[in-house]
Amino acid sequence: MSHFPLITVLTFVPLIGAIILAGSDNKAVARWLAMGMSLLSLALALGMWKCFDASAGGFQFEERHAWIPALGAEYRVAVDGLGLLMVLLTAVITPMAILASWRNEDRPHLYFSLVLFLQSGLFGTFTALNFLHWFLFWELSLVPAFFLVRLWGGPQRAAAATQFFVYTMVGSIALLLAFLGVFLATKDGANPGIFDFTALADLGRVDGIRAGVAMNLGFHLFGHAFTASAMTELIFLGALLGFAVKVPLMPFHTWLPSTYTEAPSGTTMLLTGVMSKMGVYGFLRILLPIFPYQMQALRTPLLVLAVVTIIFSASAAFAQRDLKRIFAYSSINHLGYCLLAIFAVATSGSGLAAPATEKAAAMSGILLQMFNHGLTAATLFWFVALLEQRSGGLRGLHDFGGLRKVAPVFCGMMGIALFSSLGLPGLNGFVGEFLIFKGVFPLATWPASLSVIGLLVTAIFILTILQRVFNGPLNSKWAAFPDLTLGERAMLAVPIALMFVLGIYPQLVLGGINHTITEMVKQLPF
Amino acid sequence: MPWIIKYLWLIPALPMLAAGLSALMPRRCRVPSASLAIGSMVISFLLSLCAFSQTLGHHGEEARQVFNFNWFQFGDQWVQLGWVLDPLTAVMLVMVTFVGTLIFIYSTGYMSHDENFMRFFTFLSLFAGAMLGVVIANSLLLLFICWELVGLTSYLLIGFWYHKPAAAAAAKKAFITTRIGDVALLLGMVWLYSQSGTLLFYNNGGGCLEQSSLSALVAHTTSIGMAVSTGIGLLIFAGAVGKSGQVPLHVWLPDAMEGPTPVSALIHAATMVAAGVFLVARVYPLMSAGDGHSLQVVTWIGAITAIFAASIAVAQDDIKRILAYSTVSQLGYMMMGLGVGGVAVGMFHLITHAFFKALLFMGAGSVIHGCHEEQDICRMGGLRKFMPITFLTYAVGMLALCGFPLLFSGFWSKDEILHAAHGWPVSHIPFYLGAAGALLTAFYMTRQVFYVFFGDCRLHLGRTTASERRTVEHAGVSVKEHPHAELSGDPHESPSSMTIPLVILAACSILLGFLGTPAWPWFQKFLGAEVEGFNPAVISLMVASSLIVFLGMGLGWWFYGRKPLQQSEQPDPLQELRPDIFALLRHKYYVDEIYGHTVIAFNAWFARACDWLDFWIWNGAVQLVSYVVIGLSWVNRCCDDFVVNLGFDEGCKGVASGGKILSRLQNGRVQNYLRVIGIALAALALLLIWGCRPS
Repeated sequence: MSHFPLITVLTFVPLIGAIILAGSDNKAVARWLAMGMSLLSLALALGMWKCFDASAGGFQFEERHAWIPALGAEYRVAVDGLGLLMVLLTAVITPMAILASWRNEDRPHLYFSLVLFLQSGLFGTFTALNFLHWFLFWELSLVPAFFLVRLWGGPQRAAAATQFFVYTMVGSIALLLAFLGVFLATKDGANPGIFDFTALADLGRVDGIRAGVAMNLGFHLFGHAFTASAMTELIFLGALLGFAVKVPLMPFHTWLPSTYTEAPSGTTMLLTGVMSKMGVYGFLRILLPIFPYQMQALRTPLLVLAVVTIIFSASAAFAQRDLKRIFAYSSINHLGYCLLAIFAVATSGSGLAAPATEKAAAMSGILLQMFNHGLTAATLFWFVALLEQRSGGLRGLHDFGGLRKVAPVFCGMMGIALFSSLGLPGLNGFVGEFLIFKGVFPLATWPASLSVIGLLVTAIFILTILQRVFNGPLNSKWAAFPDLTLGERAMLAVPIALMFVLGIYPQLVLGGINHTITEMVKQLPF
Repeated sequence: MPWIIKYLWLIPALPMLAAGLSALMPRRCRVPSASLAIGSMVISFLLSLCAFSQTLGHHGEEARQVFNFNWFQFGDQWVQLGWVLDPLTAVMLVMVTFVGTLIFIYSTGYMSHDENFMRFFTFLSLFAGAMLGVVIANSLLLLFICWELVGLTSYLLIGFWYHKPAAAAAAKKAFITTRIGDVALLLGMVWLYSQSGTLLFYNNGGGCLEQSSLSALVAHTTSIGMAVSTGIGLLIFAGAVGKSGQVPLHVWLPDAMEGPTPVSALIHAATMVAAGVFLVARVYPLMSAGDGHSLQVVTWIGAITAIFAASIAVAQDDIKRILAYSTVSQLGYMMMGLGVGGVAVGMFHLITHAFFKALLFMGAGSVIHGCHEEQDICRMGGLRKFMPITFLTYAVGMLALCGFPLLFSGFWSKDEILHAAHGWPVSHIPFYLGAAGALLTAFYMTRQVFYVFFGDCRLHLGRTTASERRTVEHAGVSVKEHPHAELSGDPHESPSSMTIPLVILAACSILLGFLGTPAWPWFQKFLGAEVEGFNPAVISLMVASSLIVFLGMGLGWWFYGRKPLQQSEQPDPLQELRPDIFALLRHKYYVDEIYGHTVIAFNAWFARACDWLDFWIWNGAVQLVSYVVIGLSWVNRCCDDFVVNLGFDEGCKGVASGGKILSRLQNGRVQNYLRVIGIALAALALLLIWGCRPS
């Protein structure tokens, strides 16, 4: 297995599919080809999961080739538990998104080509370990997403797509500038600078970035010299902005509701299911290991922002009347718990009996929550897509009522997905949230205590959806509302079954990522 | 290890399995799903008896056996779950499976005409499984998981008639109100986890309820000077407050009566609402550790709830709501019993109450069924002639609830609570509150029985019934609780599938009391309480509490028995006496309205504010930045167009026109060139001649 370039193949399979699809003009072939390619990726990802040695903590399936030595750029791809889990999530969500857009009659070959292109970009982002190479994929994934929203979106798609693109681009530029700073700061003799994540993490652990800044970077403004600490903080904030926009962290979230709402539902599944994880992934792979001391210094304001994100987004979701907007805000809320946990672990926890255990709990919770949120949120948007197909585009909270009478299976299955989003034990959402709170409570007691308000408000708006859409007297307009067909039931049974499996037996995921977690906690300098 | 310990998980797993199977069956499989549900409950009951017999012969601590296993891993730690068999578990197991089985059988009659009959049994089985899971859990995490699932099934069953808006709203209210307590419980749980490193209750000395862990919890203090054990205990108790409908989170329980009556009997009287009491009993070592402040809070909340809910019940007209407030009040007694007297006192009342309250609810269901879905007690009357079995069994339940001396189980269990409250060293007020609550209980139950079973029948046949009116009002379409309910004919006795469970429960309501009398306190010993010898001082207290009961029943007879109600519209005698107090009680002290204007209004306002902030401030800032950028680009464009471009264009034009003029010179004609050359030569010659002139 060691000589087979599995990750490269995995990344290029969807890309090749995308290229073929872009040239084809047969709609049926386009669909099946897209499905086939995404299933092939899924098979490869599952194979990777199977061959992954869960008892080893470090990177596996590594491929490393020189690329542009003068720029410190290498072609270096590998996965640890975190990367693997994200690859798996991408591979699971993409076929679901393709199935949800199956009936798209508007240039489907182009649509599915862009979806595969996006998938390839995501695979690249989750496996690349050199900044330049990684940044290339990070940006590449943005392009297909933009066109998917711009060309197939709802009535406000032009504004939404532009906002999405520009907003994310601003974050990316800040990120790029920050890493330029890092590169220049890490110049050392003949070595022009470092872009390799592992090497940077090794430096970050001893606060080496700041030392490099002190040596190589001076910045004057109006005659005042910036101290090295302030300069490093500035670099950190630039990188933070890039990821904070992507997750998003309030107040950098305003692109999200309109983008999720205007995007076609199949694309929203990818946006919320996988692309929102790129930001959290960036926090875990880049910010926390490379800038641990800077994050620790800004921990309190960041924790405040995370709590604000959790509470405000849940409350804003409660105020919405469009199902897609509700789930968009709910998505912000769910990823807010991940951010809360990330900021919480950036401390020594010296007063605690076993800080490493609490950090491991929080970390495991983050990873689990990322996967579970991807699965649940994508499934919920799939249900919205099905609802829109049946109602001719209506998806308001008050457009329905009593659907349970005519569509009991629809209601039952969507109900399971809703309760999974609510964090009901026995379904997948609970374990991740439990672990996050278990870890965060001792590390950051008050933020954790305040964040449970988010759990409560989530319950309120989820139950309001159930009450308004499915319960109550049947709205006579929908007397002929068709229930799920057998085919739809079979397709949806897969994510629903996964929700149960991960809720009852979370060890399935945790067993694979466990050593990565231990390793990540050990890598933290405090 | 005896086999029953190892296979204790089967007791909750069997109903769960039945639920899972019947969830996948098509809707027409009525008989298979009901038999699956009842069959699994019967087997669970038999297994529970085996488990119970296993604990007999031991008392308290030494009877405890546990089985723990790994669930999942984080870092290098395993999260462990497990189950425990001790007297507390065993008693609850037998009670839940026995009452559950009877209610399942009763439901086959009560729900026989419902089109979602099998869905009902799916939910009931799921409930039973989750509830039994709460009972056997040896880990607070497992208990919490099952606790939430119990809440889910309660939600599903309250909203079982989902087409009724009132039911859908009540279901949501129940879930959210209990979830307020649940998030507190979650916090208590993670706090406990981080402090003691385990969530297992018992683990051969390493569990969080065992000595080494408890002493560490007591030793630590929080930043506000409270012992950690007290803080955790109070958070866990908050969960119990939500689930057991204690003040101030009691508001969901009366509304939960929108569910089918068997659900009210099983979930909202006998088992689920008692789960809060059970939880406090389970973590009693933690609650009583240290200064015991958390137990004082338990006592006060319980005592206040007991009198508060009992007083509301006095002024209600809906037969099920009266019983619901009575349940809230009795749960308050149980909490008080735990607080003042320990596990055995509270649990004894829990067990006896489960039987007689299930009996009362099922009796009420039988009355409702017999009166064609009428629930308003003012519209009943004289039913003892039409429904003799229901009447007799209901009377037994009513006397047990009132605490009628000597013969009925409620007397012994309630008396024990009052006795313990009397001896509570902290304060005597809970005792007086409890005694006043007992008086009110006797009063409102007498009122209800006289309204329902005595006097003349005031059931207006042929008119729309109250419940139907309600549904029509809410729905705008004609949906009835029971499509089959004929609106003509006299009230009738219910089928035997409903009456036989009533008789069995009535027998239990009498006999159970004798297991815990002061003369032979078997139950208390079994649960590990330290029982002092028979104390003659108990007798005087018993006489006092009997007098209270007689007084309450006498007052009830004075107001409602002497002159039975003639017309259903006639005002209540109490209303004539004191309309202001009656109105206050009838509107439940306006608690719902207060919450509506404070908490709920604030929540809605806050949501709107967040939305507004999002749109105007966060999004506004972004818009502002984008406008600034767009404005800058406009300025830039203007510069380009009018300054840079304009000047450039003018320059170009100048060059071009200059060129045009000059280009005339180069028109390619030789004659012109020669002419120019000739003129130039001539001019040059003239210039030279002029210049060379000698001066």
